[in-house]
Amino acid sequence: MIAKALRAFGRFWWDFLIGDTPELAVATLVIVGLAFAVDHNRLVGTLLLPVLAATFLLLSTFRGRRRAPSEPGPGSGAP
Amino acid sequence: MHTSSTLVLVLAVFGASAVEMIEALTIVVASGVSRGWRSALEGAAAALVVLGLLVGVVGVPLIHYFPLSTLRVVVGALLLVLGLSWLRKAILRSSGHKDLHDEDKIFAETVDRLRSTERDTLGFVVAFKGVFLEGTEVVLIVVSLGASQHRLGLAALTAVIAAVLVAGVGVLVSRQLSEVPENSIKTAVGIMLTSFGVFWVGEGAGVHWPGSDLALPVLVGFFTVITFSYTALMRARLPSPVGEGSLTS
Repeated sequence: MIAKALRAFGRFWWDFLIGDTPELAVATLVIVGLAFAVDHNRLVGTLLLPVLAATFLLLSTFRGRRRAPSEPGPGSGAP
Repeated sequence: MHTSSTLVLVLAVFGASAVEMIEALTIVVASGVSRGWRSALEGAAAALVVLGLLVGVVGVPLIHYFPLSTLRVVVGALLLVLGLSWLRKAILRSSGHKDLHDEDKIFAETVDRLRSTERDTLGFVVAFKGVFLEGTEVVLIVVSLGASQHRLGLAALTAVIAAVLVAGVGVLVSRQLSEVPENSIKTAVGIMLTSFGVFWVGEGAGVHWPGSDLALPVLVGFFTVITFSYTALMRARLPSPVGEGSLTS
């Protein structure tokens, strides 16, 4: 019973944080790391955070697009 | 706390709660129609009580025992993951790369599943699970936004008002709300969650935002422009023949 509840709890957080978009979890870690690394008093460093979030969103959205039948999907490249 | 961030908090919590409750209502109505209203409503009410307890049990200690800067980074990161994934889904749906959420289809599937079984407790269980699972994200948003701004009561009250409104409309029309522009609401909430996420991560890490809290509405504006631009860009890249999930919102 407890093991089942723990598994469900773990699955919820896995789906929530990683799910089918692990790139967004990585993006968040990068943004958090950068927030600590940038010069907090410089405007350029501050503006970098939303720009980076927007860039990762574009990459992830592009990865999730519908493909033409002839176009290879993600992870289906030649060996 | 500045009025602009309180307003964005109220809008984000209200929108998130409304969207998730529309999805929960679909399941509760399906359960009520096929297994009887008493067990469906009891299941939904029990789930709401558990969700309310979760807000109190998790949210109140967070406010009192967690350093504010650490809380803001953690909360910001959670909101960022959630906001970016909602925005991604909304852009893909609006541009036709992903099918729109179909409440009618979910309703029909749930009714079929419930009618094919004999167990009496199933109506209660399905309604409970539907409300609880859909409500968990709302609890996360309420606790995150409420705790990081020390406005947990306001966030919880806003979520309850949205849930009551959605349930009230559902009762009035006696069915699921398939005509509600769910993707539009989800887009707006995704924009607000992402903006809050970036803002809190920066604040928690010590970044000095130009204009302090006034940077929040600027971030909302920035991500709104980004969302519409990406939607247009993705629509232009839709392979032919055009997919079924065309723009409706």
